[in-house]
Amino acid sequence: MTETNPIGLTIRGGVKVYPGTVALKGVDFDLRMGAVNVLVGENGAGKSTLMKIISGVEPLTEGMITLDGNEVTFADKADAARRGIGIVFQELNLFPNLSVADNIFIGREKALAGIHIDRSAQAEGARALMTRLEQDIEPDTPLGNLRIGQQQIVEIAKALAEDARILIFDEPTSALSASEVDVLFRIIRDLKKHGVGIVYISHRLEELIRIGDYITVLRDGQITGTRAMEGVDIAWIVKHMIGSASKEFPRGETVIFGDEVFRSEDVSLPRLGGGYTVDHVSLSVKAGEIVGLYGLMGAGRTEFLECVMAQHPEASGKLFIAGKPVKTTTAAGRIDLGLALIPEDRKRDGLVQIMAIRENLTLSSLWKLARGFHLNLAAEAKAALAFVKSLSIKIGNVEHPVSSLSGGNQQKVVIGKALMTHPKILLMDEPSRGIDIGAKAEVFRTMRRLAAEGLGILFVTSDLEEVLALSDRILVMANGRITGSFPSGSNPADVISATVPAHSRTVP
Amino acid sequence: MMRVSLGHDLSSTSATLLILRLRTFVALILVFGFFAYAAPNFLSAENVLIVSKHVALNAFLAVGMTFVIITGGIDLSVGSIVGLCAMVAGWLLLYGINTGLGWTIEFNTIEICLIVMVVGVIIGWINGILITKLNVAPFIATLGTLYMARGAALLSSDGRTFPNLNGNPEYGSDSFKAIGDGNFLAIPLSIWMLIVVALIAAYVAARTPLGRHIYAVGGNERGAALSGVNVDRVKLYVYMFSGMCAALVGLIIASQLQASHPATGETFELNAIAAAVLGGTSMSGGRGKIGGTIIGAFVIGILADGMVMMGVSAFWQTVIKGAVIVAAVVIDQVQQKLQARVILQQRV
Repeated sequence: MTETNPIGLTIRGGVKVYPGTVALKGVDFDLRMGAVNVLVGENGAGKSTLMKIISGVEPLTEGMITLDGNEVTFADKADAARRGIGIVFQELNLFPNLSVADNIFIGREKALAGIHIDRSAQAEGARALMTRLEQDIEPDTPLGNLRIGQQQIVEIAKALAEDARILIFDEPTSALSASEVDVLFRIIRDLKKHGVGIVYISHRLEELIRIGDYITVLRDGQITGTRAMEGVDIAWIVKHMIGSASKEFPRGETVIFGDEVFRSEDVSLPRLGGGYTVDHVSLSVKAGEIVGLYGLMGAGRTEFLECVMAQHPEASGKLFIAGKPVKTTTAAGRIDLGLALIPEDRKRDGLVQIMAIRENLTLSSLWKLARGFHLNLAAEAKAALAFVKSLSIKIGNVEHPVSSLSGGNQQKVVIGKALMTHPKILLMDEPSRGIDIGAKAEVFRTMRRLAAEGLGILFVTSDLEEVLALSDRILVMANGRITGSFPSGSNPADVISATVPAHSRTVP
Repeated sequence: MMRVSLGHDLSSTSATLLILRLRTFVALILVFGFFAYAAPNFLSAENVLIVSKHVALNAFLAVGMTFVIITGGIDLSVGSIVGLCAMVAGWLLLYGINTGLGWTIEFNTIEICLIVMVVGVIIGWINGILITKLNVAPFIATLGTLYMARGAALLSSDGRTFPNLNGNPEYGSDSFKAIGDGNFLAIPLSIWMLIVVALIAAYVAARTPLGRHIYAVGGNERGAALSGVNVDRVKLYVYMFSGMCAALVGLIIASQLQASHPATGETFELNAIAAAVLGGTSMSGGRGKIGGTIIGAFVIGILADGMVMMGVSAFWQTVIKGAVIVAAVVIDQVQQKLQARVILQQRV
């Protein structure tokens, strides 16, 4: 097979460092032409980073890339595109206010003399691509009018329009229906025949085995297995995704759970264009219990937590805290009832970056620290310092801006802010995202300690090992619904398979 | 060796930073010093009081504007609110309120002040509702109320001036002129009012949960909402406060002139924004201090009055004012960059 599939692009010793984390730790990767190179790993394993490097979006910190045997460095995505590398991003990079044709040719407009856009030529090109993709989409339809699956087709058309020699698909099927996936696979086989090297990323393991020729498994920024697809089965993939040395977060003695502290009944969030982002989710958490909510990106887990935190006025369903129905519709009111959220995106949702560490810590509890209208700054600083100490947040001075802290310490500030409100139930969305191993372990120890003190914890994670090691109970979510419930110590393969329900359930 | 040189670097940057941080104050001293030297009568007690009275008007608006800008918004309507409130005061003094039942309600000074302030607060409330509940961008919402309030002011008198607002001793409104003209301990009442309003505003900003929430909303609105800050209510409050500050200015001007003209307050909003920005308030929200704004208002006011005294052409005055504002923002950017670097160096 090696002769028929020459190596087109290689990465040797690829290292990528982001502030606070090392996303790739010395990766050697070969991309074979005329074949589908499948890449698999959990969220945060480094797949997307690797693809960003191949497509020129991000430079390598260390290591080298060779293309057709010559060492190259890509200045930017446009540079990589000129060398024949195209990418279909997982997140749609489209303009809802522009037409389908405009989207396909954005940045490479078919223009006369570089000024006048030749609309008919673009429409023709777009129509040809849509025919090739067996889609009945008019080129002048505003993109925003299409449903997500169709938008993804447009994103694919955009990449096809560039005639790339190397084409990267980052989870292209997450919003596609079964028939659309079949079309995509036919096109991929066709591209293969024409010698295009394809990189294909997906969480749907069956799909990978069906379409892939070579497989590479990533874990924690390292490649743990790479081989031809023949003879690979799901068990092999799972083994390499998880590894042998499982992360240990010992639970100490068995905890006896208390009463139910939180329950949701039929929480739903309708999606624009039909269907549900959160589809009648009912679950409960007991005092002292850690419930892990596992699933893939876009499963609706974050949105569920946002519904609970009153961020979506259009959401429906009932909530109970400590057995009492929740009536208030403001985040402030729910925080008062004992709810606290550690958001997924610290920078965007968790912290006010330009404020001091002290001000961030106390932001949710200012009225408790104030006497009437008066805020006693000394008492506030004392309260902040107490939490800095109990959570062992490493800081120079509580008056420094919170943006001066490392990711792990910023996360502890967010946790401290939530704990300062004395919650009964703690919702944590990806509490370990973007923080280093040491800080992770500390965050997990803190979670254990809090649970032992009687707090109910519901945490969302995309990390299988994490959910297996930390949870007293595992709930799996997919397509907005709870698709599985597992006791701790369950078989990892069962948990994974619950995250990918059959393709039959398509987006209407 | 490394450590020593690093330490030296740090201390010299810290010194630069300190000067940059106090830049508005430095600018104030420079402007004041320059005119004290160049314009002979500038330092006379009489002139200082006149300048202060001018500055006070802009400072009121700028204090309200500072809160609005800290939340990440803007209030373009304040100048028009000044005009409308001056007209309301004039109307009440001259005509009272005709009940349509054959008799007219007349008001004393205190009642007039309260009604006018309520008018200002209501317009601010409308701004807040447009922005929070109806999701209109602050720039557009307050631009709309700018036109509506100005139009209402013109309609109230058919574009004419309400003259001779002396009040009537019979109704207890003859003390109206004291608002703008009265003194307490040889200092004009309007200055005392400014001191009170500015102190309250500074206290709210620094020492109350509401103040902290105002900064949090401007720093990260989503983050603030998820932390339990009632973002809509905070925004509503700041626009209402800004409206109230504008109403005060309307009252003071009507009283000082003992007349109210519907064009009163045109382009005042721009001077208020300029004072806030000059005082270090960030237009992107989350940053700003009342003290800085007051100093900013003084820099602008002294610059304007000083140039008038020196006989600088009005056209040049405008150019110079613009240049000072732009320079202030450029220096602010430099300071931000430098400060970020110092913090990174201190990082543990």
